[in-house]
Amino acid sequence: MKVGFYPGCSMKGGAREYQESVSALAKVFDIELVEIPDWNCCGATAAHNLNKELSLSLPARIMALAEREGIKDIVVPCAACYNRLSVTQHELAADPALCSKVASLIELKYEGTTQILNIIQFIDKYITDRLEEKVVKPFNYKTACYYGCLLVRPHSILKFDRVEDPQSMDTLVKKAGGDAIDWAFKTECCGAGMSVSRTDTVARLSGNIMKDAADRAAEVIVVACPMCHSNLDMRRPEINKFLNEKIDIPVLYISQVLGLAVGLDAKTLGLNRHMTEVNLPEKPVKEAAVTDAPKKVVPTQKLEA
Amino acid sequence: MSRIGVFVCHCGENISATVNCEKVAKITGELKGVEFSTDYKYMCSDPGQTLLKEAIKEHKLDGVVVAACSPRMHEPTFRKACAEAGLNPFLCEMSNIREHCSWVHPKDDLTTEKAEDLVRVMVEKVKKNKALKSIKVPVTKTALVIGGGIAGIQAALDIANCGHKVIMVEKLPSIGGHMSQLSETFPTLDCSQCILTPRMVEIAQHPNITLHTYSEVESVDGFIGNFKIKIRKKSKSLDEHLCTGCGLCTTKCPQKKIPNEFERGLGFRPAIYVPFPQAVPNKPVIDRENCTYYIKGKCKVCEIVCPTKAIRFDQEDEVIEVEAGAIVMATGFDVLKSDYFPEYGFGKYKDVIDGLQFERLASASGPTQGEIRRPSDGQVPKKIVFVACAGSRDPAKGIEYCSKICCMYTAKHAMLYKHKVHDGTPYVFYMDIRAGGKMYEEFVRRTIVEDGTHYVRGRVSTIYEKNGKLIVKGADTLMGGIPIEIEADMVVLATAGVANKGAEELAQTVHISYDSYKFFAEAHPKLKPVETNTAGIFLAGACQAPKDIPESVAAASGAAVKVAALFSNDELTRDPLVAVVNRQAAPVYSACVGCFLCQSVCPYQAIEREEIKSRSGEIIKTLARVNEGLCQGCGTCVALCRTKAIDIHGYSNQQVYTEIMALLND
Repeated sequence: MKVGFYPGCSMKGGAREYQESVSALAKVFDIELVEIPDWNCCGATAAHNLNKELSLSLPARIMALAEREGIKDIVVPCAACYNRLSVTQHELAADPALCSKVASLIELKYEGTTQILNIIQFIDKYITDRLEEKVVKPFNYKTACYYGCLLVRPHSILKFDRVEDPQSMDTLVKKAGGDAIDWAFKTECCGAGMSVSRTDTVARLSGNIMKDAADRAAEVIVVACPMCHSNLDMRRPEINKFLNEKIDIPVLYISQVLGLAVGLDAKTLGLNRHMTEVNLPEKPVKEAAVTDAPKKVVPTQKLEA
Repeated sequence: MSRIGVFVCHCGENISATVNCEKVAKITGELKGVEFSTDYKYMCSDPGQTLLKEAIKEHKLDGVVVAACSPRMHEPTFRKACAEAGLNPFLCEMSNIREHCSWVHPKDDLTTEKAEDLVRVMVEKVKKNKALKSIKVPVTKTALVIGGGIAGIQAALDIANCGHKVIMVEKLPSIGGHMSQLSETFPTLDCSQCILTPRMVEIAQHPNITLHTYSEVESVDGFIGNFKIKIRKKSKSLDEHLCTGCGLCTTKCPQKKIPNEFERGLGFRPAIYVPFPQAVPNKPVIDRENCTYYIKGKCKVCEIVCPTKAIRFDQEDEVIEVEAGAIVMATGFDVLKSDYFPEYGFGKYKDVIDGLQFERLASASGPTQGEIRRPSDGQVPKKIVFVACAGSRDPAKGIEYCSKICCMYTAKHAMLYKHKVHDGTPYVFYMDIRAGGKMYEEFVRRTIVEDGTHYVRGRVSTIYEKNGKLIVKGADTLMGGIPIEIEADMVVLATAGVANKGAEELAQTVHISYDSYKFFAEAHPKLKPVETNTAGIFLAGACQAPKDIPESVAAASGAAVKVAALFSNDELTRDPLVAVVNRQAAPVYSACVGCFLCQSVCPYQAIEREEIKSRSGEIIKTLARVNEGLCQGCGTCVALCRTKAIDIHGYSNQQVYTEIMALLND
């Protein structure tokens, strides 16, 4: 199986371990990731604040290049890139005049036929069916799934998961044998691009997220976005200073969690590249967390006139 | 040669702003067969109608075309005027040059030309119109009221007190509806049960009212004045005549932990139960889904303890057929389900409840005997946050309307809470306070000023649990949108009022229309608020849109008057625009060959078989015949008839072809 792969800037820099783990995971499931040749920047947060045509042309060129290669599905692991590509596809589909203008700007034929998949959609489409049979080392840790902002918003365009209380990553973690905990900061802001300009804001916002995860005894935080990762992981010293306590919960990508579950080793998955040391205690398999504990009967509300 | 009159209406400026009415009158006046034409500012006004009548007499008109608005509004007006001038009313037609022309096109010569076309088409049709006589049908003076909440109760009592029979159908084991769940009612704080239960008893005792509880309407056939309704009486597993309502069975039932629907899940009930102490009828039903006997095949404790041997485990549902002349829909509303608000933890955190659950907590007959205690641990909450507009006015969630009752009941909740927990602090998050109504605004002021409720203008973004507290995060938009966090002990969501589950199916069963929110649709938003588009079916209460008690009662009385007016005559007059089967002289008798394809497609069961017999009684031919009382003139049979033996009065094939030809020959 061949699937198009758009790395974006982060996979080649700060989030190398994300690409390494996605590639390793794909290999386990016999999926060939084809990097889109001559890809460019998606425009990120900068372009659409400055120039609408530019902000649409950059992602459109990426998709046009993929179309030229005959690629049907593009997996975009970075949540921001995923958002930009999806929004561009949506806006160009709604406005044919704009679409032809953009096509002339990028000097490529653009049809909008590729399907843009975020990392979870990619896993769901190509891996989930075969996941449970491949799990050799259940990831039996109390896991807080952190979705951030761009993975599920805006819902009207992405139509992905529940916007206020997403569940897709929780479901995957459970399938990998993990205990996805119920917590309150799944979609709260991490501070995003303020990381450099207002590190104090990031420390506060990401600190609140870390604090809630710690209060609920999470052993791991799982993310699907390099920006979230860098704020929760790289800014840990500032976070701990803000909270005035030492929280050492590691932050893993969802691809790393699944990779561990299917038996890949830490080095292949790039776990050594995180700032906050990943030091998960060995747990005997038989102690595997009960994922779907029978719930107490809660009175239902079904009165009808 | 026809002598047709054309009357072009300006409709104030509604038509004349884009259509040159004088020109339309002038051009169409030159058409063949048109004897007279004119234009007038308001044809529907008294002088307008007089103009019409005078013209009919003066010019001896034998056909009339009024070019004005949609026939839905004023066709009866002009047909009546024609009749008064001695012209058969069915020789009068309307040409819709407002909705079909002036409102949808700009001022332009083409617009005027289109209006001319529309009038010309109708002139050609009228030439083929025949004088018809209205059909008289008898009226069954019994009303069916669907739903036994306050709206249904009010409508049923009003109709019954006019001397007419009423059949009431209620889905649940008791009548009373949502009102029976409420604690006290705004703005006077009288006890809901105290004002409701006397009326419930009156329903049970009224000689004109037949009550079917635990029953549902299965099908509705027929038409205004003559509906035939099938009612499924669900098995109560009980002989109601033997049961004395002593309640012994309900105390001995070993199943005691079934979530109580009446208490909104805040309490429990047994498998054989009476929903609440004041229930009407005050006799139990067995909930077969949860009864040990029906699950495991043994138990029968209720049967053993019953002193009158009234339990019937093998009782089956019974389907009865009734006839009614009118139907009142009073099926009420529901509130949003818990999975609607994952961000508010509704359904996840026990202490996040909805408004109806708070009503039960505040009710003297509720699970806490009226003490405000939170569901999780029974503690008295010291800080409560009320969230108004939970779901309502939120396009992102698909509910764009205002649920209307929440501002008032939220103010009432905060007030009741302060009356019961003096040292408690209530917060209300709101968007706007909509307190339009008699003594409503004053009531809200009292909550704020006298009872010290903190009103915060802003929305709540998320609610989560932390160390046994509910953290409510929101914004105060009057303070510049500053973020607010409140550590609350309990949260009450004023969840949006929505259409009942099954409203859509019921609307289809009784053949009425509904809006995009599945609320039943009224015939006209202003002038026909309690009528539906289906003649003889009326609306009462919150099945139409969220309504408070006074509004529901007013609508119910309105619907009752409509029913009483309908029942004031022994016969109904109907338009004769029905299908008719062609008849000819012997030996052909009819173009009909008796295939009865029409019978199989008629949605109103209006096609009958007619046998033509010789003098010796031998059947010569079997033909289709249309029952004029049942036929609604839909035309399905006409389209299907392979020998073109059926036609519709007023819309014959010939008339429709003439209209088309009039356009093509232009």
